[in-house]
Amino acid sequence: MQDNNKGPVLEVRDLTKIYKRRGQDTVTAVDGVSFSLHPGECLGIIGESGSGKTTLVNMIARLTDPDRGQILLKGREITRLRGRDLRSVYAEMQMVFQQPADSFDPRRTLGDGIGESLRNNGWSAAAAREESGKLLEQCGLPAGFAERWPHEVSGGQCQRAAIARALAIRPSILLCDEATSALDVTIQQEILDLLGTLRRQMGAGFSILFICHDIALVQQFCDRVLVMYQGKIVEEGIPDAVIRKPSHPYTRRLIDSIL
Amino acid sequence: MRQTFLKNREKRPLQKQGHKSVTMYSGMYGGRRHGRRAGSVKTRLIVFGLLAAFLLLGSVFSAQLAPYDPDLQNLEIARAAPSAAHLLGTDRFGRDMLSRVIAGSRASIFSTLLLVAVITVIGTLIGVFCGWNGKRADAVLMRISDIFLAFPGLVFAMAVAGVLGGGLHNAIVALAAISWPKYARIARSQTLAQRESAYLKAAKLAGSSTTKIIFKHLLPNIIGPILVTSMLDIGTMMMELAGLSFLGLGAKPPTAEWGSMMSDARSLMTTAPWVAFSPGAAIFLSVMVFNLLGDTIRDYADPRSRDF
Ligand SMILES: Nc1ncnc2c1ncn2[C@@H]1O[C@H](COP(=O)(O)OP(=O)(O)OP(=O)(O)O)[C@@H](O)[C@H]1O
Ligand SMILES: [Mg+2]
Repeated sequence: MQDNNKGPVLEVRDLTKIYKRRGQDTVTAVDGVSFSLHPGECLGIIGESGSGKTTLVNMIARLTDPDRGQILLKGREITRLRGRDLRSVYAEMQMVFQQPADSFDPRRTLGDGIGESLRNNGWSAAAAREESGKLLEQCGLPAGFAERWPHEVSGGQCQRAAIARALAIRPSILLCDEATSALDVTIQQEILDLLGTLRRQMGAGFSILFICHDIALVQQFCDRVLVMYQGKIVEEGIPDAVIRKPSHPYTRRLIDSIL
Repeated sequence: MRQTFLKNREKRPLQKQGHKSVTMYSGMYGGRRHGRRAGSVKTRLIVFGLLAAFLLLGSVFSAQLAPYDPDLQNLEIARAAPSAAHLLGTDRFGRDMLSRVIAGSRASIFSTLLLVAVITVIGTLIGVFCGWNGKRADAVLMRISDIFLAFPGLVFAMAVAGVLGGGLHNAIVALAAISWPKYARIARSQTLAQRESAYLKAAKLAGSSTTKIIFKHLLPNIIGPILVTSMLDIGTMMMELAGLSFLGLGAKPPTAEWGSMMSDARSLMTTAPWVAFSPGAAIFLSVMVFNLLGDTIRDYADPRSRDF
């Protein structure tokens, strides 16, 4: 392992996913994407619906296998890892899903879901239960929510619980796939504030890949932004600069549509 | 600049997603909805669970419970109507019907439950394996199950039992051989429907192994309709087991078994109807208890309905 602290925590090289469907054209959902995520950075990825954002982040989280390219976590290639090796990756990298309510097992309590990664990493059930209460409090919910079922909480509360679950194992990378899109504006803001607080607390040990299709959110929250269009990265830069001087026609259209 | 963006940001609707995993099959059997019937799910579970346990215990301790020897013949009292001495009357050989019905519960209930348990476990494991892995093994196993499903079940079971020879054991093996594909089908389609769910991905991200994901997360979420199917199958299986017995491919005389007792009594329908009535009523009641228990288990397995 060539672990050095100065290099990127996550590096993606030439990542490509081609969906082949019988009797239809192939879809290149992600087309040769390369980028790096640096320690402590919040990197936004923005793009219209169908531009391949979810496919990209699923490949990084190893939920979908790429057709080409490499994923490096702290310099270690994880593109083809399986089994126990892959499981060790998830101690470093966690994800918050687009639909909070669907990401909790309907037959298990929120606390059970939050403590799962801890129990899988050698915590006792009792210790994991106590920790999940603390995590919920850290995410702005009463510890008692650990006893609730996923259908007994609102979308915003569920998303907070999902963030608590993602943070349980203290990952250094958090992947957020439109983590706030299913929520209304005020709750969205609260979730962003929560993530902001966490970033401040953890500093360089915590990086976020923030997938979004709302440029205002990205401008507010991210250090750097990648613009995705039809599976490719068409633009990269500091959000304010990209908004002021968009170079790609798609980015220009996106900004015009909001102003 | 930032101000403008924030102000102009469009307002999104609150939440759209539903709870798809359970509502999907709530209308599958007769469209009954949670909580429509009186009594909480817990109460019903206790009542029907106790009734089923009672039947099961009765079948286990049938030898001790029967007032007479179920095989003891006494032609002097043949075809006697129900009386204080023989509460359900006697059959053509003068055997006590009450004792025979109690003794028959062993062959009928016990064997049927064993059979249903075996096909549920085997069918579900095969179905989950196929649905989860896909590819070649899936194609092969599903074609095999197609073959089984294409035959009329009882005829196939007769053929299998015929090859294996008679006896209750072989009848169970024959019925198991032909009825697992139904469970494999259900388990497979449920697995396919759930395989891409976010909660399974979340479990993977939590560092759970595939085995753990399948047994701790997938199975509890798909077992509902499978259990309901097995509960509703208990009645069918009881009848099919009886059918095989009738044809000499299942329980052999003088073993008491409800189905064969009923077919035995066919010729007495007009002269001594009680001989057919008691095993019939026994089948009817057991089937009903297990069906209601099946319904209740389905409701109970869904945490959303526990508060009713
Ligand atoms: N399993 C799949 N099979 C075939 N095509 C797929 C599959 N998943 C995604 N696609 C296609 O890949 C493309 C990218 O989809 P993706 O879900 O990554 O978009 P997205 O940027 O996340 O969109 P959204 O903002 O709507 O979530 C789309 O054209 C989609 O139709
Ligand atoms: Mg998406």
